[in-house]
Amino acid sequence: MINRLNYKLIYAISIIFVIVPPLFAETGVNSADTSWMMISTALVLLMIPGLALFYGGMARSENVLSVIMLSFSSMGIMSLQWYLIGYSLSWGSGFNSSIIGGFEYLFLNGVDATPNGTIPHVLFMMFQGMFAIITPALIGGAVIERIKFSSWVLFVFLWGTLVYSPLCHMVWHPDGFLLNRGGLDFAGGTVVHISSGISALVLSIYIGKRASYGKIPMPPHNLVITLIGTALLWFGWFGFNAGSALTSGGLASNALAVTHLSASAGLFSWVAAEWWLLKKPSILGAASGAVAGLVAITPAAGFVTPSASIVIGLLGGVVCFFGVRIKVKFGFDDSLDVFGIHGIGGILGAVLTGLFATTLINEAGSNGLFHDFSGGWHLLYEQVFAVGLTVIYAGVVTLILAFAIEKTLGLRVSKEMEDEGLDFPLHGEKAYHL
Amino acid sequence: MMKKIEAIIKPFKLDDVKEALENLEIFGMTITEVKGFGQQKGHTELYRGAEYQVDFVPKIKIEIIVESEKVESVIESIVSSARTGKIGDGKIFVSSVEETIRIRTGEKGIAAI
Repeated sequence: MINRLNYKLIYAISIIFVIVPPLFAETGVNSADTSWMMISTALVLLMIPGLALFYGGMARSENVLSVIMLSFSSMGIMSLQWYLIGYSLSWGSGFNSSIIGGFEYLFLNGVDATPNGTIPHVLFMMFQGMFAIITPALIGGAVIERIKFSSWVLFVFLWGTLVYSPLCHMVWHPDGFLLNRGGLDFAGGTVVHISSGISALVLSIYIGKRASYGKIPMPPHNLVITLIGTALLWFGWFGFNAGSALTSGGLASNALAVTHLSASAGLFSWVAAEWWLLKKPSILGAASGAVAGLVAITPAAGFVTPSASIVIGLLGGVVCFFGVRIKVKFGFDDSLDVFGIHGIGGILGAVLTGLFATTLINEAGSNGLFHDFSGGWHLLYEQVFAVGLTVIYAGVVTLILAFAIEKTLGLRVSKEMEDEGLDFPLHGEKAYHL
Repeated sequence: MMKKIEAIIKPFKLDDVKEALENLEIFGMTITEVKGFGQQKGHTELYRGAEYQVDFVPKIKIEIIVESEKVESVIESIVSSARTGKIGDGKIFVSSVEETIRIRTGEKGIAAI
């Protein structure tokens, strides 16, 4: 018995440390694709500090570091999770399951320079890993200025494992059942934005409002920082969407164009709406509209024309402009509008993909309702189905996780810490010394 | 006898006030960025459609120490240079100062101003 255990242990260690990946690329790896995917990986990585700044500027000055840390810490949590288990559960096929991957890539065992498509498998793993880092980080914006950091670390790890991996497998893996039903999600409308947006809604309601929410003003402390974050997000989104082509050719180029146009249209329509209805065009509105446009185009980026992307962006900006007001109406504290922008914008984008997708852009895609006015309802139905499933799955698992963490570590900091601002009590630092 | 004049003014009026005081040959002053409200109350700010009532609005506080004889002319010059006629122009407070000491030389009283 002991011998068998020892043998297993030694075997496990040898898998982790001894097996050396092949150093030479196999035939089938395309240099241009590989270059673009390395750049794309780095671009998506930059979105994470970008998100941290986007959120941080909207926080209050005694909380800015704690808010930045919610996003930035995901690099340290999810990168290791991805190495240990996340990649294998998302992209393995060991379980022959349409819902979850397998254990064959634990510790990145066997993830080497052999081709996966036209790029090295290890590069594919890295590119996909960036998505796994940013998705839970997005949720943080809903629960700022009150969540315990230790609980957040645990939440990110568990959410990344129990929500992200199955959704990723179902939507993107060749065996995934949503993919095989015919649903389209080019760069993460369901996997990234709807999942994080719905989870943000559930977690922010479960954890409750900030103690002084609605009693004292909580305006953003520095919108310049928020705009720097927006710029990094927009820049990185080219890698997020155009990189999701996994190649460097025409499909990636179209995705890059529609991503940019949708972001611009979202900026335009949000600012136009607030200028008209609230009398002033604001920089926070411009930043929010651009992000809304980027969110909305994400599932559609590989399937729609530039003209369609402008419609998607215009609708994204204006719908999210109204979307961020839902919390005021229902009285929950989704502090930085993660649900209002990523949840609502993601759902809108997924549904609009069912209208505007066309095989003229991507033969591997399918035709939406508006394709030649003869695309049919099938894709739209599948899009709505995928949205519904993502909403239910992410919402229910997040609720269970919130309950479990509440009962063990507790979710909230003390009222005294909240009143002081979390930077000093939680992290021992202050952003500003004046 | 020395007096302290504290004037709370609109921030963009600072240069006008400084110039007016220089014309009176007042060459020293201390200013502080402050926040507060009086009759003006605050204002509302709008972020993503959410309205925040901001009670404390930014002002500049100027502190000047002068000999008593100059007080009236200083007040007059601050009032005329800081006034816009709209609500929120600020206030001036005058109080007595017991002593002034120049740290470098140890001079005291009016000579130290």
